[in-house]
Amino acid sequence: MEPVATTGFAVRAWRSVRRCFWQSAEERQTRPAWWIVAINWVLAFLLLSLVAWYAFASLRYNWNWDAVSGYANFFWRGWFTTILVSAMALVLSTLIGVTTALLRRSGFFVLRALSRIYVETIRGTPLLVQISFAFYVVASAIHLENRLVVGVATLAIFSGAFISEIVRGGIESIGASQLDSARAIGLTRVQTYRYVIFPQAIRVILPGLAGMFASLIKDSSLLSVISIGEFTWNAQQVGGLTYSLFETYIPLAIGYLVLTLPITIWTQWLERRTRFET
Amino acid sequence: MKLEIRNLSKSFGKQLVLGDITLLLEKVHTLALIGPSGGGKSTLLRVIAGLERPDQGEVWLNDNEIVFQEKLLREHRRTVGTVFQSFNLFPHLTAFANVTLPLEKVHQYTPQKARESATEILERFQLMEHAHKQPAQLSGGQRQRIAIARAVAIKPKLLLFDEPTSALDPEMTGEVLDLIEELREEGRDFVLVTHQMGFARRVADQIAILGQGRIVECGPPAQVLDQPKEEVTRQFLSRILKY
Repeated sequence: MEPVATTGFAVRAWRSVRRCFWQSAEERQTRPAWWIVAINWVLAFLLLSLVAWYAFASLRYNWNWDAVSGYANFFWRGWFTTILVSAMALVLSTLIGVTTALLRRSGFFVLRALSRIYVETIRGTPLLVQISFAFYVVASAIHLENRLVVGVATLAIFSGAFISEIVRGGIESIGASQLDSARAIGLTRVQTYRYVIFPQAIRVILPGLAGMFASLIKDSSLLSVISIGEFTWNAQQVGGLTYSLFETYIPLAIGYLVLTLPITIWTQWLERRTRFET
Repeated sequence: MKLEIRNLSKSFGKQLVLGDITLLLEKVHTLALIGPSGGGKSTLLRVIAGLERPDQGEVWLNDNEIVFQEKLLREHRRTVGTVFQSFNLFPHLTAFANVTLPLEKVHQYTPQKARESATEILERFQLMEHAHKQPAQLSGGQRQRIAIARAVAIKPKLLLFDEPTSALDPEMTGEVLDLIEELREEGRDFVLVTHQMGFARRVADQIAILGQGRIVECGPPAQVLDQPKEEVTRQFLSRILKY
C-alpha cells in the first residue's frame, strides 16, 4: 500500500498561506514568485494609504485643487528649471570632483591640503549657509548678478566635494599590482590614469555618482532661498497666491520623486552589476 | 646578457632588504634567484626591472648602466618584459587588448600592426582561442601565459619573472613553466625568481642564492644545488627539499 501523506490539510494550508507573506532566514536565499512580491507591494501601499487617509481625515483640510491647477504651467516651468540646474550642476560638479580627487593625490603638499580643506569644509557645513554666503557675500563682491549662475556654481561646488570623495574611493580601489603592471609595461602617469585606473574605477564610481545625482536634484530645492525660479520656489509662489499648502506640496513631492526614483533604481542596478563583476 | 651589479643596497624604512650586493655575470642566458622569503630576491628583480630605486649602487646590463631617474627608468622598463606573481593583467580589457595596449600606447605600433603582432604571439602560444576573453574568464595558468605573451610581444631584451607560478594551483604551474622553458630554448635572456628548485635546475645556467640581503652563493645549478659551499645554502636547501 502507498504511504499516505502524514501532514494534515490544515497544516499544509497554513504553510502555503504563510509562504505568501513570510520567509524564514534559510528561504531568503531564493527569490519569491513574482505574484507574491506583487501582493506584498500592494499590501504595503494599502497600509500607507490607510495611514495617509487617516492623517488627512483628522486634519479637516479644505482641498482646493481648482485654484492650484490654473498654475500648472508655472509648475512645469519650475520643474524644467530644476532639471536644467541639476544637470548643469552635475556636469560641473563631476569636473570639480575629479580635479580635486586628483589634486588630493598630487605631489604638491599644498595642493593636497587645499583639496582636503575644500572637501571637509563643504561637506561639513549646511548647503543653506553656503548658498546664502555665495550669493550675498561672494557674488555681490564680484558683481555677479545672475542668480542662476550663482545657484548652479554653489550647487556644483557643494556636490563636487562629495563626488571628490567618491572618485578618490574609486581610484584607490585599484590595487597596487595594477599600478605595478602599468609601470612595468612603461606607461606614463597620465596613460596609467587614462588606460588602467579610470576604466576600472568608473565601475566603482558610477553607482555613487548616480546616487549623488539624485541628492543633487533634491538639494537644488534650497536654491529657492535666493529666489531662483526652480520647482520649489515656483511651488511656494503658487502656494502663497492661492493660500494652499498641500495642493502645491504634493505635486512638488511627486515632481521630485519622478526625477529621483528612476535614478535610485538605476543606482541599485549599477551596484548589483559591479558586485557581480568583482 | 651581461649583468653587473656593484655595491647595491636597498632598505624599506629600517628594514635592510639588499645589503651591498655585488655580482658579475659575463655571459648568462638564464639567471635564477632563489632563497628564503624576505631574502631580497624579489627586490633585486624589481631593481633590475626598473621598478624599485636602490639607495646605493649600480646595475649594468650589457654594459649599459641603468640610470635610476624616472624618465630614463621608463625608457628602461620599455625594453624589458616583467611578469609578476599574479594579477598582472588588466581585468577590464580582453586578453587580446592586454597584449596590444603596450604595443600601441608605449611602442607606437599602429593598431593594425599591434593586432598582427598580438595575433602572431598568441597563436604561437596557442592562446588565440582565449583572445576575446576577459581575464576573469580565464584560468590562472592561462592568465599567466597571456601575461607572458604581453611581455614577450614587445620584443624585450630581457624577461623578468617574479615568482610566476607561486599564485597558481599546482596543476597549472606546468603549463606556465613549459612556456618559460620554451622561451629559454629560443635563446631568450631572463632572470627568474622562483621556489621551483627542479625548474631552476633545468632552465638556469646560473643560480644565485639570496639570503638576508646578500648573495650567499652564485654558480651553475649543479654546483650550487649539489655541492653548496655555504652553510646558509645547505640549510635553505634542506628545508626546501625536506617535503
